[in-house]
Amino acid sequence: MKPLNGLFEKQLKVANLGLETFYEDLKSQSVEVIQVDWRPPAGGNEKMLSLLGKLKGKK
Amino acid sequence: MEERILRANQEAFDRLQLAQPTIVGIGTAGEDIPGMDKMTVLHAGPPITWDRMSGPLRGAIVGGLIYEGLAKDEAEALELAASGKITFDSCHHHNAVGPMAGVTTFSMPVWKLRNEAFGNMAYCTLNEGLGKVLRYGAFSEEVIDRLKWMEKVLAPVLKATLALSGPIDLKTMIAQVVQMGDEGHNRNKAGTSLLIRELAPYLVMTEFSDEDKRDVLKFMHSNDHFFLNLTMPACKCSLDPLEGIENSTMVYTMARNGTDFGIRVSGLGNRWFTAPAEIIDGLFFPGFTKEDANPDIGDSVITETCGIGGFAMATAPAIVQFVGGTPQDAFNFTSSMYEITIGESSAFKLPPMNFRGSPTGIDIMKVIETQIRPIINTGIAHKNAGVGQVGAGLVRPPMKCFEDALEAFVEDAQARGLI
Repeated sequence: MKPLNGLFEKQLKVANLGLETFYEDLKSQSVEVIQVDWRPPAGGNEKMLSLLGKLKGKK
Repeated sequence: MEERILRANQEAFDRLQLAQPTIVGIGTAGEDIPGMDKMTVLHAGPPITWDRMSGPLRGAIVGGLIYEGLAKDEAEALELAASGKITFDSCHHHNAVGPMAGVTTFSMPVWKLRNEAFGNMAYCTLNEGLGKVLRYGAFSEEVIDRLKWMEKVLAPVLKATLALSGPIDLKTMIAQVVQMGDEGHNRNKAGTSLLIRELAPYLVMTEFSDEDKRDVLKFMHSNDHFFLNLTMPACKCSLDPLEGIENSTMVYTMARNGTDFGIRVSGLGNRWFTAPAEIIDGLFFPGFTKEDANPDIGDSVITETCGIGGFAMATAPAIVQFVGGTPQDAFNFTSSMYEITIGESSAFKLPPMNFRGSPTGIDIMKVIETQIRPIINTGIAHKNAGVGQVGAGLVRPPMKCFEDALEAFVEDAQARGLI
């Protein structure tokens, strides 16, 4: 049996990063879950990432 | 470049920490505010022309022109305002700030504050109270009469009181009020009470009639926001020395004129970065809805720029009954502001945050990187002139202000050969 399958034989404790709908789905199924308010740097805006990169010395 | 920015931001932050805002007296806009004359009207927010001004700002200007005797009624005032004979300019360009419309005219009395650490001054009109008031765009007879009473009675009594009391240290007083349930923007109950306690012993020693003294004390007591017009210039004179620190990405001004939201960044001097002001999300007084609301207006967001107001909401749980949400929301707002600020105030300690210093010094890079915009709690003006306040709530600056500022900052650094 793959180790991953073993995970589902125990009671799950989930930390969900990013999209909140996954958190809400699990919560509605009474799964113990916490939501981490994570989003990609600059919201993924490439222009802003490039500007920040210039100031931080990155290309 | 990153090192230069870190050093510059530390310098900006240290200047703010060193600030010693102090009440030094009462004057008039005409005599004390630099660059004022009878035909100049100052307003809140970034610069704006008459044709783009919103209802409450236009209403306040109409009232200001009637109050100055430059127009006898609304029609004359509107004609004069549109004639090009009046110079409109931002309070911020004249070492001043004004709540809501922020309209400041020649004869209006003003608080005079000095930042004792750097010697620079800041000015602000006296708070008129609630209901139909000029700052929300009302200009009826009762509004003008109250302004005249403030000029003829309130200001002279306070001026004489301050001459007896001597300068009043506002940094210490604001440090106290954030431990008494005020956040210094939308809740000023503790601040107003402390101010009265400070002034009363000297006020009774002035040579005005008992009736005037009673009226002045009652006027201050009847208006929980009386202290707002002191937290604002306190923050203004604390932040002005940050203008022009090369390579600093710290915001030293945020302001709204009812049409545009504007920010200024330390390393970019006095240049404004503006975008359309947003509608405030909040609680409305009975009979009013979001449809009645004017976009965000006023210089009072200088408090958040300084690390109090919305940034210190955790310390003012009672505020949520006025702006909406729960005490936990207030705690979360303050917690999230640590993500976008340079440091923590050494003076303004917040009991619900285990006496952690309030999150202070907005960094445009952190705002862009985290996509967390500053939180502001504020009053809501009716979109039409003359109606007044219709609610209170929460709002954030448009992200575009920060994006444009970041772009300009990079261009400036490139032009100087630093990147």
